[in-house]
Amino acid sequence: MADLLSLTLAEARDALKAGETSAVDLVTAHVGAMERARPLNLFITETAEQALAMAEAADARRARGEAGPLNGLPIGVKDLFCTTGVLTTAGSHILDGFVPTYESTVTSKLWADGAVMLGKLNLDEFAMGSSTLTSYYGPTINPWSPRDGGGTGDGFARKLVPGGSSGGSGAAIAAGVGVGALGTDTGGSIRQPASFCGITGIKPTYGRCSRWGIVAFASSLDQAGVFGVTVRDCAILLTSICGLDPKDSTSVDLPVPDFEAALKDGVRGLKIGVPKEYRVDGMPAEIEALWQQGIDWLRAAGAEVAEVSLPHTHHALPAYYIVAPAEASSNLARYDGVRYGLRVDGKSIIEMYENTRGAGFGAEVRRRILIGTYVLSAGYYDAYYRKAQQVRSLIRRDFDRVFEGFDAVLTPTTPSGAFGLDNVPDDPVTMYLNDIFTVTANMAGLPGISVPAGLDHQGLPLGLQVLGRPFDEATLLRVAQAIEDAAAFKLAPPFNMRA
Amino acid sequence: MALDTDSVRRIAHLARLKVPDDQLDHLAGEISQILTFVEQLGAVDTTDVPPMTGMATQKLRRRPDVVTDGQIPDKVLANAPDATGGFYSVPKVVE
Repeated sequence: MADLLSLTLAEARDALKAGETSAVDLVTAHVGAMERARPLNLFITETAEQALAMAEAADARRARGEAGPLNGLPIGVKDLFCTTGVLTTAGSHILDGFVPTYESTVTSKLWADGAVMLGKLNLDEFAMGSSTLTSYYGPTINPWSPRDGGGTGDGFARKLVPGGSSGGSGAAIAAGVGVGALGTDTGGSIRQPASFCGITGIKPTYGRCSRWGIVAFASSLDQAGVFGVTVRDCAILLTSICGLDPKDSTSVDLPVPDFEAALKDGVRGLKIGVPKEYRVDGMPAEIEALWQQGIDWLRAAGAEVAEVSLPHTHHALPAYYIVAPAEASSNLARYDGVRYGLRVDGKSIIEMYENTRGAGFGAEVRRRILIGTYVLSAGYYDAYYRKAQQVRSLIRRDFDRVFEGFDAVLTPTTPSGAFGLDNVPDDPVTMYLNDIFTVTANMAGLPGISVPAGLDHQGLPLGLQVLGRPFDEATLLRVAQAIEDAAAFKLAPPFNMRA
Repeated sequence: MALDTDSVRRIAHLARLKVPDDQLDHLAGEISQILTFVEQLGAVDTTDVPPMTGMATQKLRRRPDVVTDGQIPDKVLANAPDATGGFYSVPKVVE
């Protein structure tokens, strides 16, 4: 094989199956790439030794005729999934030294299908952010950042964020480290970094895959998902991670289709809605143009496209910033310096709690815990949390109504391309606006995918988002495939292990 | 809703989160800004709208009420900052 790092997940799978390469050779190439890509700060923990041992085991399984669907494929894991015997940090100081004694369901399913873990990828602290800037381990650099000098050194003319919270996952796949990656999406944390990094990322329907063993942020919104270079790669990984888990009572007992097989069905005859409320004030002309381009592509591929209305769209973001912090404040109450992670001593147990949590949480997490505590405090619950949950019902009704006549909805993924590390809005509300097109799917529990569609005026990637009916990821993937085919997007970031 | 520094100090205590005094003022400003942002929801008519409490249309599954796990104290305590004799240790609670 000429260049193992240039293979997509599907190509690598087929090459392994055909005996053109081995899992050890493929994984060795990706471990080398992981090490050379260190200037991007992709991983919090690299697990090269474990990866090579898993690769040897994968080759042995293949020799015995027991290769699973992902046998020998190197995958990066967002450091929010608990992994047995491997440090799991959630990007937070408060989980210092936490080595789980159990494995998340989603990662277990990947390993059961033969995949190989490369390492634990960087993220915003507790998945709270859109840039990886809130990670205790420092930000990940977007491989599309303009270079100052060639090669894979640490010279950047300007450092750009990869998006977040699954920024390490997005940047790793864009740079060619790993053939696929796991992420989680609470308000856009898969789709926004996929858009910023020029790759594909899908958040399945809430309940489609188990949340067991994922560090909890906002339990009614959190959902695991995957990143790949292509829609096909995402379809393959998604088939592996979905399914009922008795350990997560919100996981749903529905058959999991072969998502890859669905791709061939195309979009002819599908009805695609374009929600007028997503045409927000001040939207850059290039985003508008890309959106129109997507509409034209889908029409040319045989879909019917028409304008639809989702009247409660602009209430999704404020409702999200009640629900997410409220649930976070409750979930993060478990970090108390007693059972795991950091402890900062105090004279009394209360002081020990306060010192530990004061030292262990970063500024964004602290802000959200305080907001969440406030909106749930006595006398405020109805005015904030209950109200927000009612607004969620209205958002879901909007979508249900549209899906009576349409198969999917097309929108931009983000209101802009990647921004600079040095150009971050200093007020939280402006930062939150990054999620404006993505939070609706989480609020309504719907599946969403971002697929790269073009470049902005600075040559940075922009994605289009497709939202669909609950548990109809297959249609989402078909629409995304049509966009991918038409866009012929070239994944060529300046910092690229494939080159 | 504008929060003052005393309110922030009170919330921080409820959340068992130590916030240095010199940061209270700044935090009060930020939190007030976010609360003002979310309070635009007050304009939405939610009369007779039930709050969304679950995503799935299916009923919650039931399972047999039996022990499926246990007898793993070493694993449970493996990450404790301080564990003695099979227990978590904490600063003295009773005077």
